[in-house]
Amino acid sequence: MSLSGRAALTGVGETAYSKSSDKSVLRLSLEASLTAIGDAGLRPQEIDGLIPYPGMGVVAEDLIVNLGLDEVKFSAMTPLGGASPVAAVQCASAAVSSGLCRHVLIPVARNLAAGGRISDRLRQMPQFNTVAEFELPMGAFAPAQLYAPMARLHMERYGTRPEHFAEIAISTRRNASLRGDGMMTAPLTLEEYLASRMIADPFRLHDCSLESSGAAAVVVSRKECARDLPHPVISVLGVAEGHPDSPTSITQRKDLLEIGLVKAAPRAFGMAGLTTADIHVAEIYDCFTYVVLRQLEALGFCRPGEGGDFVASGAIRLEGRLPINTHGGLLSQAHMVGMNHIVELVRQLRGSAGPTQVAGATVGLVTGYGDLGDGTLAILARE
Amino acid sequence: MSEALRPQPRTSNDTLPHWQGLRDHRLRLQRCAGCGTFRHYPRPLCPQCHCFDVEWIDAAGDAQVHSWTVLHHAFHPAFRSLVPCVMVTATLREGVRLLAPFKGDVRHLVPGLALRVGFEDISAELTLPVLVPA
Repeated sequence: MSLSGRAALTGVGETAYSKSSDKSVLRLSLEASLTAIGDAGLRPQEIDGLIPYPGMGVVAEDLIVNLGLDEVKFSAMTPLGGASPVAAVQCASAAVSSGLCRHVLIPVARNLAAGGRISDRLRQMPQFNTVAEFELPMGAFAPAQLYAPMARLHMERYGTRPEHFAEIAISTRRNASLRGDGMMTAPLTLEEYLASRMIADPFRLHDCSLESSGAAAVVVSRKECARDLPHPVISVLGVAEGHPDSPTSITQRKDLLEIGLVKAAPRAFGMAGLTTADIHVAEIYDCFTYVVLRQLEALGFCRPGEGGDFVASGAIRLEGRLPINTHGGLLSQAHMVGMNHIVELVRQLRGSAGPTQVAGATVGLVTGYGDLGDGTLAILARE
Repeated sequence: MSEALRPQPRTSNDTLPHWQGLRDHRLRLQRCAGCGTFRHYPRPLCPQCHCFDVEWIDAAGDAQVHSWTVLHHAFHPAFRSLVPCVMVTATLREGVRLLAPFKGDVRHLVPGLALRVGFEDISAELTLPVLVPA
């Protein structure tokens, strides 16, 4: 039995995004949750499945007690770092299509003052235990530091240049400028990119995503239940999760450039019965510019090693053949662990993405990238 | 003073012989007693033959550059005095990798460059490997 077309994204919600917030992580979760539930045309009591985001201290019980849910039949967590929200969509799709429940709420919230800083991640995520024991004492533990050798190897092997990474930062910022509601909206030039300080060579400041406070949430519903709701039905056509070899240590990975998405992509496209040529818009997890470039290769939009040329061609710009991160992504809108990417894809497919709406977009994809290379992918379409 | 703040490894019975070896300036690697496959970082089970028994073997100490980065931002107060610092991902002769600070000129780094493993005593309790040009 295929999951394809059996679940739908029926509601989306976001708070404002900012550097700091005086609201608790739970409060932020609840605000985005109520927006998403309302957007779906549901009453909170109709939510009967929950997938909270792991590591920030919000559990299903907190959502039950605050939202007044008395019919929760399913709860789970998908602890894959930045691949978690799309993995949660997969988990929720399986739950609703199996009949376990009808409407699954998936909130993500962070507050930088309450465990949301990148340097807190090591403690929050057990998949970092190996890094914490063997690499943290050396001074290398932050994602920028762990991914930099991957980017360097890509440059050495394929001739990828800083200008290629810059194009991802600049085109993403352009989208954020047009939208105007993200954390970074001032236009970014190549000169500013190249002059920004080095964090972990070859990553400059503008290669790195933001750190943000706020929340985003979605509701995944059984397809039959989605048809009576207010918005056009946005179906989950394909969804998959993949893990690279050596998923606890990038250092020990046979090929440093391998990522889980290489395994997930063929499964999700196969489930959807689609190819890359069918995709109108893509929201690509952009914790770092290089990670976008490598995922474009893994998805099959270009061959391995050709990511630099692909982005340099203008393909990923709003007017290009594959507009990406139309909301400004983690690089310029906010780092909401990629839940903001799922929210944006739903808006694009509803036709409600405002100044960065891709004309006629009815099929799109969204990826997640977990800290040490876990990959997730969902292909959504408007019915 | 910054050295005092440096995060200490949380060892386990699966990994302790490796850390004890470093204190004696030996880079000890696990080799599966069943099928002879080296593995690193240390862990309980051989993923090839699912044998729990291991031998701890001293690495020969020669390695090749696989990739690298130069850390400029410290992310942790203990490392502020150490940046900028070159971190090299090296492939050891035994086939497993080592991530360690490189004590040499970053401009000389290319994939495949020959290196040697050395040791740096951080404190009475902690010794870490370093990489130097061969």
